[in-house]
Amino acid sequence: MEFVWEWFYWLYDVHGIKLTIFYDEWDRNRFIRGMWTTFHLSALSIFLSIVIGVAGAWLQMSNLVWMRRIVQAYIQFFRNTPPLIQLYFFYFAVDAALSQLFGITGGVLGSYGWAVVSLSFFAGAFNVEIFRAGVESVPRSTTEAAEALGYTRLQIYRYVTLPLAFRVCLPSLNSNLINLLKTTTVAYAIAVPETLYVANQIWSDEYNVFEMMNVVWIVYIVFVGFLVWLMHRWEKSIKIPGYGN
Amino acid sequence: MNNLNWASDQPIVSLKNVHKSFGDLEVLKGVSLDVMQGEVICIIGPSGSGKSTLIRCINALNDIQSGSITVEGQEVHDPKLNKLELRKKVGMVFQQYNLFPHKTALENVMMAPVLVLKQNKDDVARLAQTLIRKVRLDGKEHNYPGELSGGQQQRVAIARSLAMNPQVMLFDEVTAALDPETVKEVLVTIKDLAAEGMTCILVTHEMGFAREIADQIYFTDGGVIVEHGPPETFFSRAKDPRTKEFLSQIL
Ligand SMILES: Nc1ncnc2c1ncn2[C@@H]1O[C@H](COP(=O)(O)OP(=O)(O)OP(=O)(O)O)[C@@H](O)[C@H]1O
Ligand SMILES: [Mg+2]
Repeated sequence: MEFVWEWFYWLYDVHGIKLTIFYDEWDRNRFIRGMWTTFHLSALSIFLSIVIGVAGAWLQMSNLVWMRRIVQAYIQFFRNTPPLIQLYFFYFAVDAALSQLFGITGGVLGSYGWAVVSLSFFAGAFNVEIFRAGVESVPRSTTEAAEALGYTRLQIYRYVTLPLAFRVCLPSLNSNLINLLKTTTVAYAIAVPETLYVANQIWSDEYNVFEMMNVVWIVYIVFVGFLVWLMHRWEKSIKIPGYGN
Repeated sequence: MNNLNWASDQPIVSLKNVHKSFGDLEVLKGVSLDVMQGEVICIIGPSGSGKSTLIRCINALNDIQSGSITVEGQEVHDPKLNKLELRKKVGMVFQQYNLFPHKTALENVMMAPVLVLKQNKDDVARLAQTLIRKVRLDGKEHNYPGELSGGQQQRVAIARSLAMNPQVMLFDEVTAALDPETVKEVLVTIKDLAAEGMTCILVTHEMGFAREIADQIYFTDGGVIVEHGPPETFFSRAKDPRTKEFLSQIL
């Protein structure tokens, strides 16, 4: 490894290309921590947004009108407002309100926690719509067969509707999750030390904006590429022989 | 589970003056019929006469406006009735098979006993194998519905219903979507079932089959039962002009 670091130092020394994240251990470590933060911030938000999507699509089938209205209001709110403002809203307004309500000092959640919550709700709103479209694509006759066999409504959703809906909505889910991954950069605004935030710290310290910008591009391309690859593997693994093509 | 007020010499399925509407459209206009345990009845009639609606009311897939339907003496449309108890007793097979496309043939058969009846998985697997063999699909248990022909899918659907060990089977034009060659394999399966004493209510357009298998044939038109009788007399000595006309068109 050592010679790689030395080569990057040589690159700086001879050509003036200042990639401190390779040859400076301090910069290297904080940049790796930044990428790691982006990774788990994304993974957690993706997971929770899918949970919200699955639950929301279920609630939208409720017989209770007010329940469907609440879900619809949630979707409209989070789809039609900027994610950065949502983040501020949670971090500043919701945190303060909850702190007051429960008499907590020092905040209910930290910046990382609110970033997860805010991003999950943001992407979750799209996921509800995506899953609902998937749910609607499942023929009534298929769920009726399950009903005739004595399945409860929840069992029908869990074992028949969802697995079939998933297969239909994977392409739209795919693009929404990519969008979510890219939107994690808004966490920068409340000082979550993710990739963009640490890159900014590094270029402020080292005056290497140009180099770091290029590094940041590449990091996100690799992250998105990884997510796309994962989704394709998933899509393949749940493919049913003789169905849907 | 068993209704103590019901004895096997009483009708296992009984409809009394059943009325059913979809909005303003009255589809069943006072239907009554009794089915005894082990009996096979066939319901025939022109398209839109309410045959599917009739049998869908028996397992409460549709509700009714008035009248009564009982299965083993229990009122099907009693709001207090546990639907699960009803569905355990009454199996149903649909025209379009309606298998779960993401599950293999074996899994399709196994799912309900495991999920609904909470039976032991190994026992259910053995039962499912037996049923697959019974519908003559050995070797196909690990195929998905998309890899099976219509007739094969329909037989999986029959096995799937039988896995719940029902007392009554409802068949709604189960061969209507099949090629003529595969119709027979499904009919043979149903005939086996009837021979074993399963109570069957069939909606069918297969008159030859109805004649061969039915204890009673019911002719419906315009939401009422026009007439009924055992096949020997029904086909040769139909009285009502509507029945005669219908029979002359399809025989
Ligand atoms: N869910 C529904 N909502 C509204 N109308 C319905 C519904 N289901 C059936 N109908 C109507 O009820 C009438 C009877 O339908 P049903 O399916 O019972 O007829 P059928 O005798 O089974 O006909 P076929 O032989 O074509 O299957 C038809 O006029 C149909 O349009
Ligand atoms: Mg019908």
